[in-house]
Amino acid sequence: MGVEVAVRGLTKSFNGQPVWSDVSLTLPAGEISVLLGPSGTGKSVFLKTLVGLLRPDRGSILIEGLDLPRLSERALYEVRKLFGVLFQDGALFGSMTIYDNVAFPLREHTRKTEAEIRAVVTEKLDMVGLIGAERKLPGEISGGMRKRAGLARALVLDPQIILFDEPDSGLDPVRTAYLNQLIIDLNQRTEATFLIVTHDINTARTVPDNIGLIYHGHLAMFGPREMLLSSTEPVVRQFLNAQRIGPIGMAEEKDAEELAAEAQSGAELPPLPPIPLQLPPSDGRPRRAERPPGQWCREHGVTPPPGSFADGAGASPRAREPEPAGGPAGTGGGAR
Amino acid sequence: MSTAVDVVRRSGEFFAFCLDTLRGLGRRPVQVREFVQQAWFISSVSILPAALVSIPFGAVIALQLGSLVRQLGAQSFTGAASVLAVVREAGPIVTALVIAGAGGSAICADLGARKIREELDAMQVLGIDPIHRLVVPRVLASMLVAVLLNGLVSVVGVSGGYAFNVLLQGGTPGAYLASFQALGQLPDLVVGEVKALLFGAAAALVASYKGMTAKGGPKGVGDAVNQSVVITFMLLFALNFLVTAVYFQVVPQKGS
Ligand SMILES: Nc1ncnc2c1ncn2[C@@H]1O[C@H](COP(=O)(O)OP(=O)(O)OP(=O)(O)O)[C@@H](O)[C@H]1O
Ligand SMILES: [Mg+2]
Repeated sequence: MGVEVAVRGLTKSFNGQPVWSDVSLTLPAGEISVLLGPSGTGKSVFLKTLVGLLRPDRGSILIEGLDLPRLSERALYEVRKLFGVLFQDGALFGSMTIYDNVAFPLREHTRKTEAEIRAVVTEKLDMVGLIGAERKLPGEISGGMRKRAGLARALVLDPQIILFDEPDSGLDPVRTAYLNQLIIDLNQRTEATFLIVTHDINTARTVPDNIGLIYHGHLAMFGPREMLLSSTEPVVRQFLNAQRIGPIGMAEEKDAEELAAEAQSGAELPPLPPIPLQLPPSDGRPRRAERPPGQWCREHGVTPPPGSFADGAGASPRAREPEPAGGPAGTGGGAR
Repeated sequence: MSTAVDVVRRSGEFFAFCLDTLRGLGRRPVQVREFVQQAWFISSVSILPAALVSIPFGAVIALQLGSLVRQLGAQSFTGAASVLAVVREAGPIVTALVIAGAGGSAICADLGARKIREELDAMQVLGIDPIHRLVVPRVLASMLVAVLLNGLVSVVGVSGGYAFNVLLQGGTPGAYLASFQALGQLPDLVVGEVKALLFGAAAALVASYKGMTAKGGPKGVGDAVNQSVVITFMLLFALNFLVTAVYFQVVPQKGS
């Protein structure tokens, strides 16, 4: 299961203003990928282009041999059934209760009875911890709850390709930890292909198999997690370690003056922090896409930063938090 | 220059949108629930204003005609004239105003809000075509309500004219009713209903198109509603003229 998504030479502009150009990457089937990038670089636009909501100027998106930008509307609706998408602000139907929102795709696309629908919806709502809020309208719950309801709705048809636009923004640290565990466990169980846009550096460091970084109108780098975490490429290094020193400034790109001043002052880049272990599934059994820690580094002759892949290694305290399999994140998450 | 190009492009897009809707009409499953809800909703916002507008409309026509006709010594035709005016013209126009102003603006605001909240995107991603799911039932509901509304306006308008003529202007009930036959004919009513049907479709189509292409946040929705009402008004008056012109060519008139 799981479907590969191959993007080739994709370019998108609005009114002549390019958002990004010539983006090529492959989301390997059944793996979790994370897309990073400064605010406003077009990550949400990228997700919308992937599902065919926006037409790219050039390039192709290949899914199961179909080229999405060249499909008819009709065929596009068929392909979209493979997708589960969480929009940046949930995009719940404002006139329906949370329950009806989650039940909506089932009622539209399946011939399930109300009793069967109830079972599925309850399971998904339990998974995201929203039992008890079924009868509320989207306007009556918090932003984080809307996000989680959107998550439940995106998962209800058991999609093959799951796109999440900042699932963790607006969530508290505990919920974020549960969510990350949920993503890992879902991937283990369904072997769907994940693409997650996030600003949470801890999520980016510990959850995915692959990381991509969009910066300054192009894809700066896309590859296995260990490749990016051990990269010394200035942009990647600055972004993945949340530093001020580097080519990215407040207004996206620092100008030459600022960079020169930075070099002058002799600001020393701190050493790369150790690469943390990837988050394991809560039942301890490996995911199919999982690779042994350090494998990529060994195969490519890269020496990981000292202290990498040690139990408990991590840049922030949260990287260490959901520790052993079956720990608090496993039991309380109700991820099954 | 560029605005001219823009207008042409928009019209093209709108036309394509209408064709998509037409195609959606034949698609299964038919959205019965949405249709019933929308029909109920549109009639709930438009029946009262329509009735309230049509009473004075009928009365004004009776008033205008009353004195003119008396000067010509043709009082017995007041009924006929007001029937023609109300059933053929005023009915569809009042219907158009109310459908565009009350029904259309509500449709546009609703779809526009859904658009900017990304609900329509979400729906498309869930594999559901918003045109089939939302627009088609709205257009059908609006057409149904327009036809019913036109009937209502005609009845209320004619009754208003009757009451005014008989009670205030001292006309005789018999003459009022008898003169119905003199100039009026069944096709008058039919053409009124045809007009209403077209107006209902046009108003809902424009409102849906404007709502679904709203952009730029809540302000964009406000602008879309405003434009949708203005455009619909212009479109409906043009349509009204066209249908009337065709009608006079096609159907032979009594007494001429
Ligand atoms: N429909 C649109 N029309 C015109 N411009 C758009 C549209 N959607 C997005 N943009 C522009 O594209 C750029 C990228 O927007 P996008 O929402 O993808 O950023 P993002 O990377 O998701 O940012 P964030 O991390 O803050 O969510 C922005 O400059 C935005 O103004
Ligand atoms: Mg975004």
